[in-house]
Amino acid sequence: MSSAALTLGRIRSRVPRRQVPVLATLALLLVMYGIGVSQYRAFSNVQVIFNVFIDNGFLLVVAVGMTFVILTGGIDLSVGAVVAMTAMVSASLLQQGLPALLVLVIALLIGPFLGFLMGCAIHFFEIQPFIVTLAGMFFARGMCTFISGSSIPITDGFWTTMSQQRIGDPRGNFVSISVLIAFAVVAIAAWTLAYTRLGRNVYAIGGNPQSALLMGLPVGRTRIAVYTISGLCSAIGGILLSFYTLSGAPLIAVGMELDVIAAVVIGGTVLTGGSGYVFGTMLGVLVLGVIQTLITFDGSLNSWWTKIVIGGLLFAFILLQRLVGIRFK
Amino acid sequence: MTESRPVLTMTGISKSFPGVRALQHVDFRLFPGEVHALMGENGAGKSTLIKVLTGVYDTDEGTVTLAGETVSFAGPMQATAAGVSTVYQEVNLCTNLSVAENIFIGREPRRLGAVRWGEVRRRARELLARLELDLDVSAPLGSYSLAVQQMVAIARAIDVRARVLILDEPTSSLDAGEVAQLFRIMRQLRDEGIAILFVTHFLDQVYAVADRITVLRNGQLVGEYPSADLPQLTLVEKMIGKELEVLEDIEEQPRREIATLEEGTPLVGVSKLGRSGAVEPFSLTIHAGEVVGLAGLLGSGRTEVARLLFGADRPDRGEVAVDGRPSGLRTPAQAIGHGIGFCSENRRAEGIVADLSVRENMILAMQAARGWLRPIPRRRQDELVERYVKALQIRPADPEVPVRNLSGGNQQKVLLARWLITEPRLLILDEPTRGIDIGAKTEIQKLVAQLSDGGMAVLFISAELEEVLRLSHKVAVMRDRRMVAQLANDDSLDADRVMQTIASGSPREEAKR
Amino acid sequence: MTDTGSRWRAVTGHRLFWPVAVLVVMLAANTIYRPGFLSVEVNDGHLYGTPIDILRLSAPLILVALGMTVVISTGGIDLSVGSVCAISGALACSYISQQPDQNSLAVVFTALALGFGIALVLGAWNGVLVAVIGIQPIIATLILMVAGRGLAQLITEGQIITINSEPYRAIGLGHVLTLPLAVFIALAAALLVAAFTRRTALGMIIESVGGNSVASRLAGIRSGRVVFLAYVLSAACAAVAGFMITANVSSADGNAAGLWIELDAILAVVIGGTALAGGRFYLSGTILGALIIQTLTTSVYAMNISPQTSLLFKAVVVIAVCLIQAPAFRARLTRRRRGTPTNPTSPPSQARQKEEVPA
Repeated sequence: MSSAALTLGRIRSRVPRRQVPVLATLALLLVMYGIGVSQYRAFSNVQVIFNVFIDNGFLLVVAVGMTFVILTGGIDLSVGAVVAMTAMVSASLLQQGLPALLVLVIALLIGPFLGFLMGCAIHFFEIQPFIVTLAGMFFARGMCTFISGSSIPITDGFWTTMSQQRIGDPRGNFVSISVLIAFAVVAIAAWTLAYTRLGRNVYAIGGNPQSALLMGLPVGRTRIAVYTISGLCSAIGGILLSFYTLSGAPLIAVGMELDVIAAVVIGGTVLTGGSGYVFGTMLGVLVLGVIQTLITFDGSLNSWWTKIVIGGLLFAFILLQRLVGIRFK
Repeated sequence: MTESRPVLTMTGISKSFPGVRALQHVDFRLFPGEVHALMGENGAGKSTLIKVLTGVYDTDEGTVTLAGETVSFAGPMQATAAGVSTVYQEVNLCTNLSVAENIFIGREPRRLGAVRWGEVRRRARELLARLELDLDVSAPLGSYSLAVQQMVAIARAIDVRARVLILDEPTSSLDAGEVAQLFRIMRQLRDEGIAILFVTHFLDQVYAVADRITVLRNGQLVGEYPSADLPQLTLVEKMIGKELEVLEDIEEQPRREIATLEEGTPLVGVSKLGRSGAVEPFSLTIHAGEVVGLAGLLGSGRTEVARLLFGADRPDRGEVAVDGRPSGLRTPAQAIGHGIGFCSENRRAEGIVADLSVRENMILAMQAARGWLRPIPRRRQDELVERYVKALQIRPADPEVPVRNLSGGNQQKVLLARWLITEPRLLILDEPTRGIDIGAKTEIQKLVAQLSDGGMAVLFISAELEEVLRLSHKVAVMRDRRMVAQLANDDSLDADRVMQTIASGSPREEAKR
Repeated sequence: MTDTGSRWRAVTGHRLFWPVAVLVVMLAANTIYRPGFLSVEVNDGHLYGTPIDILRLSAPLILVALGMTVVISTGGIDLSVGSVCAISGALACSYISQQPDQNSLAVVFTALALGFGIALVLGAWNGVLVAVIGIQPIIATLILMVAGRGLAQLITEGQIITINSEPYRAIGLGHVLTLPLAVFIALAAALLVAAFTRRTALGMIIESVGGNSVASRLAGIRSGRVVFLAYVLSAACAAVAGFMITANVSSADGNAAGLWIELDAILAVVIGGTALAGGRFYLSGTILGALIIQTLTTSVYAMNISPQTSLLFKAVVVIAVCLIQAPAFRARLTRRRRGTPTNPTSPPSQARQKEEVPA
């Protein structure tokens, strides 16, 4: 029978190769958590997990935006600077006495607008994303110090409420509002990627941009959209960071883009694009958070080990991606 | 079926590009329920015709009518919407997405903005069932073979209620079994009333599946024939053309004599060299001073033979012996070490380094062989370059201009010089005269003759039979990725006999050799 | 008349014209703003003044940018140079700080050898990832960019190591023949790199690989080796820059040393006329690019604007340079200049409208 011959034509095994990196990340996370629990009694406290989320909520949101960009095969180096700029703008406007709601709206518009401009430059002038977002990073970081050379405290009531509000169970475990916002962003992003045309186009462009164009997909619009989304996520991340620190500082979140990229890659998203999940990115952020927590718990290891371990994991996962051969080339 | 009205007619189509008249008053008809093969050699105008049809290019002259209405598409997407779908040679799908998604992406059924995945999968299964394909529609497309991917591309194309399906060389990377699958589907779609325009270079396939054949040559319509009425030999003649219009300018050279070349150890002895999917194993000997011509239609495996011999592609079986000793040749660098040079047919992508100067392009291969630590002294470079600029009459004669500023013919000469400087023992020339002006062409032909007289072996690949016959001592004939014959270029060999061999796959007078 | 016209065109058409013009304009603007800007005075047998400062401070950037030029020419990029600066500087300083006699020349040279050695190892690591394993350069070097900072801090144990070594300090602040030693080091490095690439065939082979890797392979070039070498060279340059940066302040800070220098270096390379896609490279252009960046930073300092704000100017420069280099932008510009109307409705968008009719 002819169809039998064709089923034989399926050359790879049924093991879902695309899921291998995500599964590896999950396994890694569980192992790390297991080590933590076995070594330190306090680690088994649920609040430890909650704290990882509280400390990394903004990172998670920014990483979600980066996931969109990397899925198309691009990169966004501006995220850290946009986070800082958003926090600075908020702090500065609040200091000038603007109402909290207006400040929120303005702060949330700047990031996406910058992202939109960068997306346009990348699409219309065919300049590498790396360079365009590098310029965006310079610009945003320059804006920070342009606004103020030093840290601006935030005393606004809304901000302090958001910062201090604890949502918890009767046993005293709690999360902050930021964590809920981060979860909402993750959920919306996951839905967008899985169920909307925009999301599917993101995957198609990452898989093969020429094919996507020939299949009639709106490549340019999608590409501009992902940088706008990344800008929006960075802006939300900046707001969350300002909730967390209750200030805007010009040099905060320096080098954050590296952590974000690392989290996305460790979360199983392929840097060449086309394969990965928001859920994986969340796992990646958790891995980074748990590493930090472990190192803090240990006490004898120093903070720089975090970077070395992240670099090592980055290497391991990039190698894994190559070995699994999920580039589908 | 010929009685029905054509679904598509193209009348008096002309299209010019700067310096080229790609199509001149070409007519073309396509009936519902037929497989129509569009045949022609390189530059015949096949792809231009398809691009005019699908709206990639505007026409200069002529009209296209689809189902009685005059149409002019702004682009492939619009053509698809009107029922003219194209499946390209390289599968233009996203292998990272699932089979179902590849069929429906961009037009997924949605509810409240959300893609209805269940519906997508159900419809994909239905559609594939119609093509008698049993696939796991939620598996990534990349987990299936190229043939299956090709068929998924067809499924995507026909889902938009296609009336006309254009298959642009769909079989070039499929094996025999896969081709049979594809043909089954093509016949089925034909029986459903879809008009299929089929472009291929494989003669057997044309006769296996096509009802009608249209032949183009040099941008002109040669004719439209029912395939039953067109013998293979006639088809090949019509494609290649017997007119020797350009040859008048070239002074007649005596036919090359084999003389005593075939004695002693061959310079290069190829035994059963092959690469699956590219060319079937072939054997060939080349002696010093011998010009071996490689004839065959476009896509017959000419270039693949050259690339394997040079190590540009890694052979998966067979061996190349140099001077009678196994060479273990696997990379271009090794080939160059054995005194082999290779001028690719793809000048721009695989030949010149556009940024670099004429001088640097010329000495590149020699420098590569010496290694970067032993630069060629500048004075020696200048000597070499000056000699070849003069000998090959390269214009402009300034060796310091970037090679990108030169014309195609002069770039080709620069590449020739690159290899001549290395003083190779075997020079492989893949279409060295294509796309260059007639003067440069004659010069290159003369040069090949001179080189061979000087003891260099040449493997000469060309689509022009006359050229191959004029230069070669021996002609190897390729057909459908196989080397079907090696003919001594004696008095009995002429273009007709080579064409017969291409058409039938065997030389009738093989016994002579 | 026509002669001067064509000569003018020949001058403006020269690839170094725009970088030089920008540098001159910046210097002129500074001089107008602060007339003493260009003045140089002799003090204690050494030359002092803003131009000398610019030269001295740009030396590390020139070094890093030289290596970066070669890497970019192969079609790659090296993001790890900042980390390599920090690691080499940290290792050298930490070795010196542990010795009893920090002023001994032998100690300093051993320290330099250590720092240089580790840079070669790191460069080889990058080279293996890119040339042997085949990971995209931007990703391969990102690994070391992340982990390298941690390694540097590991060496300094998170402290800022302060040393008290006159010979080492001289690398950054010493004077020779009235000029800062750093200027001579940068100059020597430039000459060395130039000799290494232009006196051998390495430069041409690198340009060939970066310009057309397929054609290069068919011409018999084994590109792996030269690409590997490029990354090693880049790391070696970064190491020397790292010595200079740490010597300037006589201390090693694993976090701050060489921070963002990779980005400045890429910028310098691009300003200098080397295309990011690879191919032809221009060492002299790169040096000019580095001088422009340092002049910009110094001017911003001089105008009492915070150094971070100079990033705003850098952003403008990056975008301007990239736009000028981008073929798509040039095409648009020339089309507009010729007055032919650009196609307002692109065909794909029209077609899309049609496609979105419910399937």
